[in-house]
Parts: sequence; C-alpha cells; structure tokens
Amino acid sequence: MMMNLMQFGVLIACMTALVVPMGWWLARVFTGVPHGLPERWTYRLLGIDPDEEMGWARYAMALLLSNAAMMLLGYLLLRLQGVLPLNPLGIPAQAPDLAFNTAASFVTNTNWQAYSGESSLSNFNQMAAITFLMMVSAATGLAGVAAFIRGLARASARSVGNFWVDLTRALYRVLLPSCVLVALIYVWQGIPQTLDTEAIATTLEGARQQILLGPVASLESIKHIGTNGGGFFGMNAAHPFENPTPLTNALHILCMLLVPSALTYAFGSMLLRRRQGWVFFAAFLVMFVGFLSVVYTAEQAGNPALARAGADQSLLATQSGGNMEGKEVRFGIAGTSLFVATTTAATTGSVDAMHDSLVPLGGAVPLSEMMLNCVFGGKGVGFINLIQYAILSVFLVGMMIGRSPEFLGKKIEAREVKLTMLAVLAHPFSILGFTALAVLWPGTAASLNNAGPHGFSEILYAYTSGTANNGSAFAGLNANTPFFNTTIGLAMLAGRYLTLLPMLAVAGSLAAKRTQAAHEGTLDTATPTFAVLLLFVVLIVGGLTFLPALALGPIVEHLDMLAGRLL
Amino acid sequence: MNEQKSPLRGLVRPVLVSAAFFMGLTGLAYPLAVTGIAHLLFPHQAHGSLVERGGAVVGSEVLGQAFTAPAYFHPRPSLTADAPYNAAASGASNLGPTNRKLIEAVTERVAAYRRENGLADDVQVPVDAVTASASGLDPDISLANAYLQAARVARSRHLPEARVRELVGRSAASHQFGVLGEPRVNVLQLNAALDALPAQ
Repeated sequence: MMMNLMQFGVLIACMTALVVPMGWWLARVFTGVPHGLPERWTYRLLGIDPDEEMGWARYAMALLLSNAAMMLLGYLLLRLQGVLPLNPLGIPAQAPDLAFNTAASFVTNTNWQAYSGESSLSNFNQMAAITFLMMVSAATGLAGVAAFIRGLARASARSVGNFWVDLTRALYRVLLPSCVLVALIYVWQGIPQTLDTEAIATTLEGARQQILLGPVASLESIKHIGTNGGGFFGMNAAHPFENPTPLTNALHILCMLLVPSALTYAFGSMLLRRRQGWVFFAAFLVMFVGFLSVVYTAEQAGNPALARAGADQSLLATQSGGNMEGKEVRFGIAGTSLFVATTTAATTGSVDAMHDSLVPLGGAVPLSEMMLNCVFGGKGVGFINLIQYAILSVFLVGMMIGRSPEFLGKKIEAREVKLTMLAVLAHPFSILGFTALAVLWPGTAASLNNAGPHGFSEILYAYTSGTANNGSAFAGLNANTPFFNTTIGLAMLAGRYLTLLPMLAVAGSLAAKRTQAAHEGTLDTATPTFAVLLLFVVLIVGGLTFLPALALGPIVEHLDMLAGRLL
Repeated sequence: MNEQKSPLRGLVRPVLVSAAFFMGLTGLAYPLAVTGIAHLLFPHQAHGSLVERGGAVVGSEVLGQAFTAPAYFHPRPSLTADAPYNAAASGASNLGPTNRKLIEAVTERVAAYRRENGLADDVQVPVDAVTASASGLDPDISLANAYLQAARVARSRHLPEARVRELVGRSAASHQFGVLGEPRVNVLQLNAALDALPAQ
C-alpha cells in the first residue's frame, strides 16, 4: 500500500517538475522570432513565407487542408500495402472502410484501431503511414493550441500566427528530438527496433513460437509524446514488446503528460499571467488525482465474484492482488491504475490493461475522463476544452453576480458564448447521438462481447473514445464492421474539428478585441476560488449531460456485481 | 500588420508538399535513423531480446511462453488466438467483471491449480494464476504464485523443495528503482535456471 502510494507520488512529482522547463521551452518555440536553418529550408521547399501572419480563418483552412492531404496520403498507403516494400509476410491491404477509419483515426490523433497491428500492417506502413500520421497529428494539435493561446494573448490583432511555422517548429523543436531520445531509452529497456519481421523460437518445451518484430520503439515514443495511443501490436502497451518494464510504463505515463501539463505554464508565460497558468494546472491535477484514487481503490478491492471462485485478491508482499483479469503482473494494480487514469486524461488511448475487464467503477473512470475531456487533455485539445469551460464559467458566474463577463481582460460577448456552446455541445451530441443510433441498429448485438449493462458500456465507450479522440476501447466490441468503422470514423472527425474550429474562431474574435485593464467589477480568474468554480462547471455540465448514460452502463453493473448477479 | 490574404490563396503547394515531405521525414527518415542508432547501442534488445541456448533461439526475455509439464513453473493463463502464448497474435478475454463466462473460467482454473499443486479445497489461489493477462504474453508470475508451485516442481525434478524456493527467490525481480512496478518472477528465466541446475 505504502509502496503504491509512493509510486503515485514519485510520478506526479516528476510530472510537476517537468512542467516549468517544458512549458518554458514550448513558449519559446511558439513565440521565438528567428527561424533555424533546417526550418528555412523547409519553408523554401513548401513555398511559403514564414513571416506571413494568418487570420484565424486562413489558419484553420491551412490546418484543415493539410490534414486532409495527409489523411489521403495515409489512406493510399494503407490501400497500396500489397505492392509496397518491407512486407515479407505478404499482409494484404486494408479494406476501404477500414482504411478510411484508420486514416481518420490517426490524422485526428485518436488512434482508434479497428484492426490488430500484427495481422493488418506491414513494417513499412507501421512507419510510413502510422508513425507519420502520429507525428503530424501531434504537431497539428500543438499548432492549434499555439494559435489559440496567441489569440487570447493578442489585443486588437487580426492574426493568430502562421500554421506552417507552428507545424514545422512543433516537429523540429519538440517532437522529433524528444522522440529520438525516448525511443533509445525504450530500446535499452527491451522494446525492439528493427526492420526484421520475425524471429522463430523453439520453446523449452519444444513448441514453435513465431515472434513478430519491427520498428516498435520509434512508434512507441511518438505514440506517447504525441498522445496518439495506437499500438504496434493488438494488445497495445500491455504487450511486453511495447512495454517491457515498470520503467517503460512510467516513461509512457510521463511522456503522455509532458506536453499537456506543460501547456498550462506555456500559456501563463505567453500571456504574462503565470498565476492563471498555475490555476489551470491545479484544476487539472485535482481532477486527475480524484480519478486516479477511484480507479485504484476499485481495482485493488477487486471483484467479489473472483473471490467466491477461490482467487486470492489481497495485497501482499508477494503479490499485488486486486482484479488481475486483463492486467500484467509487472505493472500490478498501481501501475495499471496510473496508466488508466493517464491515458484517458491525456487523450492518448494506449492501454497497458484491458479496460473491458476493469471492475465497473474502475471502467467508469476512463469513460468519465473522456466525457469531460479536459483532465490535462492531449496535444492541446484538452487545454482548449478547459478554456472553453473557463469561458463558460465566467459567463455563468457573470450572470449570477450581474457583471459583464470578462476573461483575460477581454469582454466575452454573444459571439464567443455561442461558439463556445457549439464546441461544448458537439461533444455530447456526437457521443450520445451515435450511441443511441448504434443501440437501435440491427446487428449491433452481434458485435458485443458482453451482455447487459456491460454490453451497453462497450458501445458507449466506443463513441466516447472516438469523439474524445482518445482511441482506447472496451476491446471486446468487434468494431470492424462497415457500420462501426463509418460511424466511429465520423465521430472522430466531429470530435476533433467541431471543437478545434469553433474555439479557433473564439481565439480569432478575442484577438481582435482590446484588452481592458482590470477594474472593480472584474472577476479575478487567477484565484483558487475560480479554480473551484471551474471544477464545478466542468463536473455539472459534464455530469448532467452524461450521468443518465453512465447510470445505464457502469452504475447498474456495479450494483449487479455487489449483488452477485452474473450475466 | 501584414496584409491579410484570402483564406485559400497560396495553400495548394504547401498542402501537397508538406504531406509528402513530412511523410518522408517522420515516416521514413526518423524511424530508420532510430533503427540505425539502436543497432549500434543496443543490438540485443533492438532485435527482440532473444534468449539462445546451445545456439538455438528458445524465446525472448520479455515474452512469456507456454509451459505445461509439471517439472516447469507454469505461466499465467493466456487467451491468444489458436494457442496460448501465440506471439503472433496478442489477445485477452475482454470479459467484463459480471460475465458468467469469466467466473466459470476462473472457477475451473482454481480447481485445476489446486489439483496440480496438491492444495486443499479451501486454499485461496493467487489471483494472477487464475486470470488471463492483458497481452496473453505476460512473461511474469507473482512470487505468491511461484512459491505455491515450488513443491510440485521440486517433486517432479526430485529436488529438495528448499532448493527450488531458493532459486525462485534468486530469480525474482523487485520494484524497479525501489519503487516502480511489482515484485515478480520471469517464468522463462526461472525454468531455464531450473534446467541448468546440476542433476542430483
């Protein structure tokens, strides 16, 4: 128990210690004037003027079109797999609906996988399609948040930056260098990195074991630093080749949180409102620790039905105990709980345990984190979501105390609130709408691996994960059907762009406003009081929207479990 | 303030070139560079941490493999496709906690474990021994699980049980850096060490 709490403490301390240096670096990357030499070469190749300042609409158009081109390229690579090199096992191309789903999934930073990496991708496409889309989608997310923060920081301005510069800098100054470093640590710990496809072993008992290999470490590092989450192997970061030691597990967790947590500090630096940045960090941290405690307590307490069957789930010096179905011994309950709480907070979606086999309240944690979608949040999107809730908070509080709402010195008016509400509502609309559609769709039941409330949770989890651009799954659901591939693909696109675009528009409209000096009637948003208000708004808006759906899934199942009812 | 361009002008070339160029850079140059450096620095791990015995590959240090003979320690239940510990198709049960199939499977595994190891009907079995892992390739078992199997292994190898328990203790890994992860035993390494013991 002490050991588990210490492990939590060490990891949270490491994350917090990285906030300032990484945040300082991010702020410099997005505000520094001089262009590096490789960057200037790149701009010349792209044929762009790096000093062009883009308005929000042009910025958004560049972001959208470049993503569309990258998605198309990824789709073509997946469809042409049969004729591309490095495919000695002769893995055929993905079918059109699956390739659409995969390309949409990776370009939106979701990394939902309706396929299993071992049997569906060649090593060439693990690199050229998957690693590529992971890199550029992470860079796109960073660029989006950079433009967004600039919009908040600028006054009486019509521009939010240059998309090509942000994209290139995010790749050259943040993602590529850190990924190379982390990938090498991963290899040292036992993650393979080779162009060979397989090794054949004869086990001690004389059986043949075909061991699949590939360029895993270079994918694994961007997968977590970029909060992408798509696995090289079907079982993702539970597979020993993706996550061989407790150290790689801890590094995965720190890599996922690295950029999202540092963005609070970068934001504070870029706005010269450091205290505001720390208020947001504190709000993130409170939610994270809360969710971590729930999943850890629930999983360590275990499943009463397993105890009745004769399994010993107690925590001893010689075993971690708890609900070990779908978990790995080297991580135990504590390492798994940290991973579960992190992967859905940072919208990564990689898993080091099977979420489908978590106890009901344990499984409700990743679901809820994705529904709120603003506990740290991946590659900027979570931060943008938190700001969206912050704008909502000043608006609500402003109405309650009869003051005109202001945020960061800018007046919040009808246009901003409308756009914010559009982003706030797009999220539940996509999740609940698609879930309802899937429940009514004939043939859905055939895709389920579990009956009753747990089956409902599998569907709800799929659309929540898609819309939140998370990518983790209650993996018992067979989502590789034309219906699920298409609707989850649409949910991913809706979740990504219907949040990002309205909020970029908010940033553009705030950038155009004058900054007002704080006056008597200003609600100070850089205080603990505001952090608490913000948390309430997040929980009430999130909670009220999703509670009925959660009641039908994990909550009923929890009561079933306590009553000893099996399905 | 620069002159504002219309949203679409001058975007065609950077949109097309950036997709192709960044694909080459991040999808090919980056992983190939990491592969090159990894082979210089850590050739053993980069190629899957393969374990060799007498020149033949017997497995990987980090992957589990199936053991069913009583003279070997047994790994956790594995639900990979076709056969347990199929390293070409990682897989899990994905059964929820109230699923009857899960509870029936665990009940059967508990009975089999008690039978194999000569345990009484009221002995609680370590949970990792009767639940399927997430990858289906878990290389480790808990110490509690290993110690309960020690008597069986010792009997079938005609070794004193203390000798086997001592070997378990020596093969065990503790928390990494004193705090990360869980104490555990790597089944392949433990069984290889058993095979390497001088005959009695």
